[in-house]
Amino acid sequence: MVATTQAENEQDEQPVITVKGLVNRFGSVIVHEDLDLTLKQGEILGVVGGSGTGKSVLLRSIVGLKRPNGGTIDVLGSRLNELNEQQRSQVERRFGVLFQRGALFSSLNLQENVALPLIEHAKLSRKDAEYLARIKLSLVGLPAKAALQFPESLSGGMVKRAALARALALDPDILFLDEPTAGLDPIGAAAFDQLLVTLRDALGFSVFLVTHDLDTLYAACDRVAVLSQKRVLVADTLENVANTDDEWVQAYFNGPRGRAAQYAANASTSGLKE
Amino acid sequence: MPNEWITRESGNLSLQHEWTLVHYQALTSLVARYGDTAKNHAVSLGGITQLDTAGAALIVKLLGIENAKQQAANSLPTKQQALLVRVAEAMETPLDVEPANNNRIVDALATVGQQMVGLWSQQRQLLAFIGLVLATLFSLLFRPHRWRFTATIAHIHSSGLNAVPIVALLTFMVGAVVAFLGATVLQDFGATVYTIDLVAFSFLREFGVLLAAILLAGRTASAFTAQLGAMKSNEEIDALQAQGLDPIELLVLPRVIALLISLPLLAFVGMLSGLVGGAMVATLSLDISISQFMTTLQKDVSVSHFLVGLSKAPVFAFVIGVIGCLEGFKVSGSAQSVGSHTTSSVVQSIFMVILIDALAALFFMELGW
Ligand SMILES: Nc1ncnc2c1ncn2[C@@H]1O[C@H](COP(=O)(O)OP(=O)(O)OP(=O)(O)O)[C@@H](O)[C@H]1O
Ligand SMILES: [Mg+2]
Repeated sequence: MVATTQAENEQDEQPVITVKGLVNRFGSVIVHEDLDLTLKQGEILGVVGGSGTGKSVLLRSIVGLKRPNGGTIDVLGSRLNELNEQQRSQVERRFGVLFQRGALFSSLNLQENVALPLIEHAKLSRKDAEYLARIKLSLVGLPAKAALQFPESLSGGMVKRAALARALALDPDILFLDEPTAGLDPIGAAAFDQLLVTLRDALGFSVFLVTHDLDTLYAACDRVAVLSQKRVLVADTLENVANTDDEWVQAYFNGPRGRAAQYAANASTSGLKE
Repeated sequence: MPNEWITRESGNLSLQHEWTLVHYQALTSLVARYGDTAKNHAVSLGGITQLDTAGAALIVKLLGIENAKQQAANSLPTKQQALLVRVAEAMETPLDVEPANNNRIVDALATVGQQMVGLWSQQRQLLAFIGLVLATLFSLLFRPHRWRFTATIAHIHSSGLNAVPIVALLTFMVGAVVAFLGATVLQDFGATVYTIDLVAFSFLREFGVLLAAILLAGRTASAFTAQLGAMKSNEEIDALQAQGLDPIELLVLPRVIALLISLPLLAFVGMLSGLVGGAMVATLSLDISISQFMTTLQKDVSVSHFLVGLSKAPVFAFVIGVIGCLEGFKVSGSAQSVGSHTTSSVVQSIFMVILIDALAALFFMELGW
């Protein structure tokens, strides 16, 4: 598969994200304690874990939306919480973030949602930006007439797609996706996996992908990090993770759904080889 | 420099360097210039070092969709080839959305029409909603076990009790102003003493309740709209309905009843502190003693004025509460709509309060109360 060779080539490069000893608390509730994680250049890292284990919180702290209670986070060679406003904005515009609930701007229509970063950061004219925005919307599988719709009139899956288009607007260096395929139909989800790999191969960005979707893990991810007991339990290739001796991991990968996804993935790769 | 990205050798075009978002403007004009040439000459993409979606879109624009797919297969490395093909596929669907109707006159007429129809339907909706609230109110009147005491008390706290300081302060100051005004005018006739009557009549009949109602409209109608609006856009109201719960009973009645209880009390506070404001000015600058103020008050001002004033409070309260809640229910998903309905709820409720007050003044005057 293209995905793995890409990751192998660039394995020795410096990681784009390094999290060390991260601590996150809400009041007396400890979400993360001494959490370490790296995201390598050009890889798609799947982040899995039970509901409420702090995947979204981890994403928010890396992106800089939540100040960690301890530990360090280095992103693209700089330590986010030591930067001043302007440097920070420079780094942040190299991110593309898809939030778990979409977080589209409700008073802008879809093409304006996607065009906004193009106008503000890439300094395109409104006409050019909206044209590009429509291409991106079409790229993620939305029909052209949806471009003028407002977020309130969209279905859940359409919101996810539009949010992905917005995250991709600037062809970011790091893409953060929080459950991008939740709420997509299976065909759409498979198309999403493919699109992600295609774009990653062509543009070379790195992806921090929070997901519960086992098929996505098999189809798109180079490595998988398991969040459990307030830290990253393992972060390794899918096979190694699936063989980890941990109750939750075993239940996750070798439960009925895990086996089905594995079977499907094996079938499709052997089909390709023939 | 401008030809850096596209070069022409013996009629054939070759694209090179970075085709990325950063160079979008320069690339767009190049694509426009070479558009015709590209259609009937060979084009090589081999020189491209970097390609992103924006660049790929421009290449597809330059070459046409089918041509771009073929070229991609011929001369690009695998990874970028896949991107170009994906973008070309994405551009297969028509991307131009129908332009808006730009006839200004028609637009203006349409807007006027929409506004008129909107105004009419707004009034009808308000009447319908009032009916609905009253019907629910009466159906629950004799079933005390379904009264929502906790919610009602909480709303009395936030919209009534918390508003006491601001209502008292405001009416106190207006009371002082009215007293000064009266003194200035009445001095010429040597009738300064009637300042007391002026303050008493105006505050008992009108200002006490009117000022309290206007404050409540600004403070609480907006809060109701924003609360219910946020719940509406979060589908919480739909969730209530789907569980067979009545949003009118759960959300609207406690709010309206809280206002029905709060506003008369606030109006009373307003009347008192208006009188205090007037009395302060009277004693400090008009040489009228407190005891004289009190005796005049008792002698000249009958209790009916107080009752006339207070009788309007429940009506105002009902109108403010109902408008605040109804506008909240009208909110649709967007943040903008929360804002516009909050504005509309304040404007409407203040307008209705003043309108009803004017009608009531006429009515009471004709009756001679
Ligand atoms: N703003 C907040 N205040 C208090 N606690 C919070 C807050 N945000 C998250 N938490 C807590 O942090 C924990 C992790 O939440 P998080 O949203 O990261 O879960 P998750 O791993 O993304 O779960 P899911 O897979 O369901 O999305 C949860 O226990 C949650 O209750
Ligand atoms: Mg989450």
